[in-house]
Amino acid sequence: MSDGAPIASPRPGEVIISVRGLKVGFGDHLVMDGLDLDLYRGEVLGFVGASGAGKSVLTRTILGLIHKQAGTIEVFGHNIDKLTPREHLEVGERWGVLFQEGALFSSLTVRQNIQAPMREHLHLSQSTLDGLAAQKLALVGLPPDTADKLPSELSGGMTKRVSLARALALDPEIVFLDEPTSGLDPISAGDFDDLIGTLQKTLGLTVFMVTHDLDSLFAICDRVAVLGHKKVIAAGPITELLVSDDPWLKSYFHGKRGVIRLSAGAERPAMTAGDDRSKNVGR
Amino acid sequence: MTTTPSVTREAAQDSVVLALGGTWTVASGRDLEAAGASLIAPDNDAKRVILDLSALQRMDTAGAWFIDRARVELTAAGATATYRGARSEYATLLQDAGYHRPEAPTRVPPPHGIALLSAVGETVHDSGVDFIDIVDYLGEIVVMFLRLAPKPWRWRWTSMVHHLEMFGLRSVPIIMLINFLVGAIVTQQGIFQLARFGASTYAVDLVGVLGLRELGVLMTSIMIAGRTGSAITAEIGSMKMREEIDALKVMALDPLEVLIIPRLVALVIALPILTFLADMAQVGGGLIVSWLYAGVTPQSFLLRLQNAIGINTFMVGLIKAPFMAVVIGLIASTEGMEVRGSAESLGRCVTSSVVKSIFMVIVMDGLFAMFFAAVSY
Repeated sequence: MSDGAPIASPRPGEVIISVRGLKVGFGDHLVMDGLDLDLYRGEVLGFVGASGAGKSVLTRTILGLIHKQAGTIEVFGHNIDKLTPREHLEVGERWGVLFQEGALFSSLTVRQNIQAPMREHLHLSQSTLDGLAAQKLALVGLPPDTADKLPSELSGGMTKRVSLARALALDPEIVFLDEPTSGLDPISAGDFDDLIGTLQKTLGLTVFMVTHDLDSLFAICDRVAVLGHKKVIAAGPITELLVSDDPWLKSYFHGKRGVIRLSAGAERPAMTAGDDRSKNVGR
Repeated sequence: MTTTPSVTREAAQDSVVLALGGTWTVASGRDLEAAGASLIAPDNDAKRVILDLSALQRMDTAGAWFIDRARVELTAAGATATYRGARSEYATLLQDAGYHRPEAPTRVPPPHGIALLSAVGETVHDSGVDFIDIVDYLGEIVVMFLRLAPKPWRWRWTSMVHHLEMFGLRSVPIIMLINFLVGAIVTQQGIFQLARFGASTYAVDLVGVLGLRELGVLMTSIMIAGRTGSAITAEIGSMKMREEIDALKVMALDPLEVLIIPRLVALVIALPILTFLADMAQVGGGLIVSWLYAGVTPQSFLLRLQNAIGINTFMVGLIKAPFMAVVIGLIASTEGMEVRGSAESLGRCVTSSVVKSIFMVIVMDGLFAMFFAAVSY
């Protein structure tokens, strides 16, 4: 591990995404300057930071949607600037993305949205595609009749779920989740966390999750990385971040909204997603 | 590292053991499909089927779906199907990402003939509704206009000036270029065709009358319908898609007042000005072509033109312009309001906005031609 970001207690394991010396800016305004980050295979990395600190920008840069000014990004060991078209296609099959606003194709039905990546990348019969789309819908907890709806007919929470179903369509190795639980009720958010947790355990899924949901951070994140001052200022298991001296971290976790979670979480850091829900419904 | 999914069958007395091996992942595509199908092959008529997962190398949710489908379908066929040797995480996956028998479709599509008839009927009905909508809308706009007329402080002057620049000023180059070319082409053909009667010089009359009366305003309106009408529909349509129109409504602001009236007024001001410029460009095109092809000097061209046209020729074209502007603006904004949630509907509405406005512009021009002929103007 390179120095720079004080990444605490790295988990042993294969680095699946490695970001080094990343510099991203718009015009004269630098959003990221010398940012380092590692994502290990099989972990759930929660990514937090003040609103507007550039969490989405980092995600989009890793995905290759925003041009960086300097630095290297390696995904599955490939430098994303030097991908051959063949490798580019492969990488596209190995990651799935849940965009903040869902980004569903508005002129396709839910079923067609979920089938879109499978249809483009694999040669499967229509009946298999239909079956797998129905399975993904059931997996994210939506009723079967959602399949024939158009994205414009979905509620915000349903859009998130369909978008997750689409992100999971190719059974990717990494999923990027941009604020997956924002706008969901606590029960749905809990189900969402459970689902991510289950997939991580059963499939060895690696998850990069931008979130402000403290419950998600406590429930399923193996590590939490904090973005601030154009860098990753801290990364590690949440129990380590809780005792950090950084003023922003202190107010983030020990503020009004974090304090209940903290008192519960500090005592039982290894609690499961299911039982920790009940306490914060009234938060 | 990826191996193909495989199934090995071992039959005992009354039970069949299906041993699964390889990687059952979606990346295997067709192979996975084939392996999944072989699990529920018809010769598995044994009463007990054991799905042995102990040799399974890798499985993802798609693999789980195929394996669980076999269990569910075999059970439905009257056998008892069970798993054996599944790793704990795979057992979880088989449960969470399992197979659900599809319900029979509740809706049966109607026969083709009926569907065709219903589509035709729907289109006719929609056209009628469309017409009523436009008239309804025109009424609303007139009422809004009358309400706003005595209150100049409520007019959106900034927005109006902005749109005047967008619709008017920025269209000047393309409008003048197109009309210059049209004037030139009409004159050139006039010179060639009329030469047969020895009347080449009448080409000046041709471009003067035709250009000022009809072609100037028609070309300009068609261009504006394509350039500005589409922009209005797309703007209002995407605002509708992103709930911006709803945001205006809940602020007790009328989208008609805030969005549509400024655009409409800007269009009504811009189109006559553009028509005037178009007229000048057509005459200019005619002048240059007559000079080049027929040797008519600019002086004699202008003299000839002065005799050929009167102020009424010029006015006929100009009077039509504001009406064309209202038609274009009205159709463009109604179509914008018709946009629903999808990108496809935005595209459809922009297309139909342009097609309808061009059609209506030409129809209006025809009606005006009949009107002016009747009043001998």
